[in-house]
Amino acid sequence: MSLVFAGVCSHAPGITGRAHLADPALRDPFHAAFRAMGDELRATKPDALVLVGAEHFGNFFMNNMPAYAIGMGAEYSGPIEDSAWIGIAKTRIPGNPDLSQRLITEVLQTVDVSFAEEWLLDHGLIVPLNFLTPNYDLNIIPVNINCQGPPLTPLHRAWAFGEALRRAADSVPERIAIIATGGISHWPATPDSGKINVEWDREFMARWARNDREALLAYSDADIYRDAGQGGFEIRTFISLAAAARGAGAIRHFQPIPIFSVTCTLGVMEVI
Amino acid sequence: MSLYAMQKFLYHLNRDAGVQTRFKTDQEALLGEYPFTDEERSAIASGDVGLIYVLGANGQLLMHFAAYLGMPWPDYIASMREGVAKHGPVRAGVYAMTTAMNEKVAGV
Repeated sequence: MSLVFAGVCSHAPGITGRAHLADPALRDPFHAAFRAMGDELRATKPDALVLVGAEHFGNFFMNNMPAYAIGMGAEYSGPIEDSAWIGIAKTRIPGNPDLSQRLITEVLQTVDVSFAEEWLLDHGLIVPLNFLTPNYDLNIIPVNINCQGPPLTPLHRAWAFGEALRRAADSVPERIAIIATGGISHWPATPDSGKINVEWDREFMARWARNDREALLAYSDADIYRDAGQGGFEIRTFISLAAAARGAGAIRHFQPIPIFSVTCTLGVMEVI
Repeated sequence: MSLYAMQKFLYHLNRDAGVQTRFKTDQEALLGEYPFTDEERSAIASGDVGLIYVLGANGQLLMHFAAYLGMPWPDYIASMREGVAKHGPVRAGVYAMTTAMNEKVAGV
């Protein structure tokens, strides 16, 4: 067993970039819980962090959009966003191309994943790292699921991708941590930004915490768009994580913060 | 409508410092490299975030253009609402506005 930690988190750019506009009574406990999850992750002594995100055109565009991609670089950099805007300084994060190559090779047994030796992190990955590994000293393997440019991969394929990631993690001697990051319901970067469907979020996270495959895969994209906005498509990352970890989830934080555009969510999942 | 070209330009601008510099120093030639409609070229050249939003640009691309133009977050949100008020509903894509004009769900 080489998967040593599994968790999920939010990644909205407002979490750092608009922190000054947030109510401290909501913001501070969330930031503290985010850092505490980083402590918990690092206490498991991982050799690498597989970070499954849903990027927003940091690397991939509609000229050649992979449904799934895994980084294979020796080093990554980010954020692509203006540092003052996102509240995170430009930085470099180490990778492990040899480990990436072995993981990708195993994933390819069942999922036709793209690989990328160059990868620029956008807020979707750098915001979580800012809290989880604030010294940027843990090797990361960035992973992307296209949740931005339709047509999108079906939810059942996101599940299959999570299963493939788990099989890949089990196939290497390194200790692997995996974090999936996405929003639940949200309408980001629109005039609706800050609209949150808390009941939908609660129901989705209940299905996630039960690791209820059938219920997690029961949503259609039309339902998601109507009830959870275009940001809701990012539940694919949480679904992949559930397939990889296989156990029950524990929700560590669940607090709508409209100026951050999402229900700020943290969760860990038992690896079985 | 060449929404694809407009979004690709925003993608390039957001992640390429060279394009950001050319937008300021060599704008006409830079914009000439993309097959924009006149309306799109004009919206980009004048930084009309509201119109670009109505034309259907993905907000994940547009919000960084607004930041590049120096617009604080509340101004970015307001300019999209103004765009819808002036030009009508969003014409393409999946980033339509679903809230009322003055709803201000996040207080801005």
